[in-house]
Amino acid sequence: MLDLTSVLPLAIANADPDDGFLLHATVYLAAAVLAVPFAKRLGLGSVLGYIIAGVVIGPYVLGLVGAEGQSVMHAAEFGVVMMLFVVGLELRPAMLWRLRGPILGLGGAQVICTVLIIAGITMALGMSWQGGLAIGMCLSLSSTAIVLQSLNEKGLTRSRGGQASFSVLLFQDIAVIPMLAIMPFLAMVPEDDAAKALHTPHWQKAVLIIGVVAGIVLAGRYLTRPIFRYIAATQIREMFTAIALLLVIGVALLTQSVGLSPALGTFLAGVVLAESEFRHELEGNIEPFKGLLLGVFFIAVGATIDFPFLLKHPLGIAGIVIGLVVIKFVILFILGKVFHIGRDQNWLFSFALAQGGEFAFVLFSFAGTVDVLPIEVTTPLTLAVALSMMMTPLLLIIHERIVAPLMQNADAERHADDIDEENPIIIAGFGSFGNIIGRFLQANNIGTTVLDTDPEHIETLRKIGLKVYYGDASRIDLLHAAGADKARMLIVAVDEKEKANQIVSVAKKHFPNLIVYARALDYEHGANLFEYRADKWRHQNVGSALELGVDVLSYLGWSPFRAWRASRRFSRHEDETFKKLLKFREDDKAFFDKARQSREEIEKIFMADAEFKENPDHAWDNTSLKEEVSSQQEEQA
Amino acid sequence: MPEFDRKILVLFAHPGLENSRCNQALKEAVCEMSGVTFHDLYAVYPDFAINVKAEQTLLTDHDAVIFQFPFYWYSTPAILKEWQDLVLEHGWAYGQEGNQLQGKLFGVVTTSGGGPEAYQRGGYNHYTMNELLHPLERTAILCGMRWLLPFAVQHALTIEDHELVEAAKHYRRYLEAIRDDTLDLNALPESGLINTFA
Repeated sequence: MLDLTSVLPLAIANADPDDGFLLHATVYLAAAVLAVPFAKRLGLGSVLGYIIAGVVIGPYVLGLVGAEGQSVMHAAEFGVVMMLFVVGLELRPAMLWRLRGPILGLGGAQVICTVLIIAGITMALGMSWQGGLAIGMCLSLSSTAIVLQSLNEKGLTRSRGGQASFSVLLFQDIAVIPMLAIMPFLAMVPEDDAAKALHTPHWQKAVLIIGVVAGIVLAGRYLTRPIFRYIAATQIREMFTAIALLLVIGVALLTQSVGLSPALGTFLAGVVLAESEFRHELEGNIEPFKGLLLGVFFIAVGATIDFPFLLKHPLGIAGIVIGLVVIKFVILFILGKVFHIGRDQNWLFSFALAQGGEFAFVLFSFAGTVDVLPIEVTTPLTLAVALSMMMTPLLLIIHERIVAPLMQNADAERHADDIDEENPIIIAGFGSFGNIIGRFLQANNIGTTVLDTDPEHIETLRKIGLKVYYGDASRIDLLHAAGADKARMLIVAVDEKEKANQIVSVAKKHFPNLIVYARALDYEHGANLFEYRADKWRHQNVGSALELGVDVLSYLGWSPFRAWRASRRFSRHEDETFKKLLKFREDDKAFFDKARQSREEIEKIFMADAEFKENPDHAWDNTSLKEEVSSQQEEQA
Repeated sequence: MPEFDRKILVLFAHPGLENSRCNQALKEAVCEMSGVTFHDLYAVYPDFAINVKAEQTLLTDHDAVIFQFPFYWYSTPAILKEWQDLVLEHGWAYGQEGNQLQGKLFGVVTTSGGGPEAYQRGGYNHYTMNELLHPLERTAILCGMRWLLPFAVQHALTIEDHELVEAAKHYRRYLEAIRDDTLDLNALPESGLINTFA
């Protein structure tokens, strides 16, 4: 299991520059910055980029990092913990409940079948049943880190194959716990210390585990919201980052201390917080840490590949890797058929999970320490697992480039399954303006995701059942978390001009397909919004001012219909005047200083208004008709 | 509040009331009458956003429906058409289940620039007022209402003031006859204007 005690010291103790921490950090970061964009450009995905970077800086190529690769790997596994927290955040309890079938059925079947088949094969090759079972358990697991990261990058997490993969990975993460418990018993040394330690306080442990899980659920439900609100009210952004990290690390420590997988603990915490209004903000804060730590983890996988050993037994290792991938693939494919995943999605599912996982490293080393497997067995198998992990991005590329296009032709309608549940509209700012447009859209059954930064505000709105999330919409990560890459439109309705401009600019830059409509506080602001490439904007006051104008004219005795028409005409005139002004500004930008320009503008507005007055609405004015009819009658007379 | 034989709903539509003389006078003659609900559609819905439920409730609460409007392009002003399209819903006003208007009276009160000589074969408009109002007549009948002959004030552009006062009084008497059930519906002819009978 992941050793958290190695995580915190890494961050704290290594802060001493003498320790070479800065040097190592530089090497890791430089490797990532160089390799990942390159790999992405080649279409290989970031995971392979990180692993290749790890190989390059590892002891056998450049030798920039060496023996500590193993400990870095431990630390970096914390990235997996954070990833599961984020995954949990995206998974509402209701959705998790819906997935219970695939998790227990598909996941359980995958683990049991793979353990038994691999155990059988290794026994046929001369392994004892205990050793076979241990190897089977180690190899039945897949890599949560690699699979979820790769699927996420390709936008496949919500596809059926992606969902099935996720279910199986979740079951595997749970299965690690009994596996770790069983391992010592396979050593045939019944009174082994490790076994005793795990064995004796069974019921106490059960009570503890239940207590901790219940604690996480209850605290997540009732305690976090007031705390987050208190933190949010301070308006100090890094405090939120701090509490988000504190939450994840704290939960991980807590669950680990009672013998649960920390990944599972944080996943649970994530699910509990999935309904919270702070969900997107939490996600946005954890995301960069998660990404970097996962990156370091992949680098460590690359750095620990034992090349001398590989070069000594190239064929043997290749055989194990290929055998492992093929066996896992076949088992997954058959199970996918049994569980009706659907043709092209089943290929995706089987390619995605046909590798060994990071927990295999942990389990192999544990199996070594409790004397279940000799080092001659664990060394090649650990290497094979690392290599199989490296193959996953390649297998997914094969799926994407070759298999999926073939399948897509075969059953095109299958893709209807891939529709995600994100809302089509995101509203930034739920103040006086945003709340009206938001309610209007909700009332017409248009799903909206709302982002706001006023905690008091959010509380009230959530009480009346609206989905409002805490967060600053000018942050790319938060927009991302709110689904900006899938949404159709962003409505910017925040109260500060600068903030609105910033949001429009960020959104248009990073989500080129997203349509952005904005509320302008005045015409000057409207011009700015255009410069930042907002697709449409409305002056916040024109609509309501003209509506009140209609009321005024009606009070003065105008027929309401005439007053209404006048307001519509004026609104059109207003739009045209603004267009003229905008053009005037562009033409004369060089010649006028600001004050002069605005004076000229006011003049232009008044001139345009005079023109408006000269062309009134002649509707239903029958004077000319009357004159004509009267003169005809006179002629007849 | 006295009880009447019939409660009357006048659906009034004039988009440019400020330019109107005739309809203004006719409106003033009946809008305060007891037993009559005078409903100015352009004033209530200047944006044409007709509240269908509210309109249907009004119809349910009355026994006779009168459309009062200037005769534009051989038809009603736009909002009355909009009103028909939206309010007379299938399953409510017509169709197998649509019997909410069954048995109510339906009348038209209109003003036209041309006189009787223009509304006849060989005349300026070639067809009679009755013929030109066939769409409304069919609408009323489809909804199970009793179609009344039109009440028309003609030569509306040139009508003398005293004639207009007379016409307005006449209109009021007509509505009183409907309200108090003194109009012999069975004695009405097949065609012509109701002005001469009421």
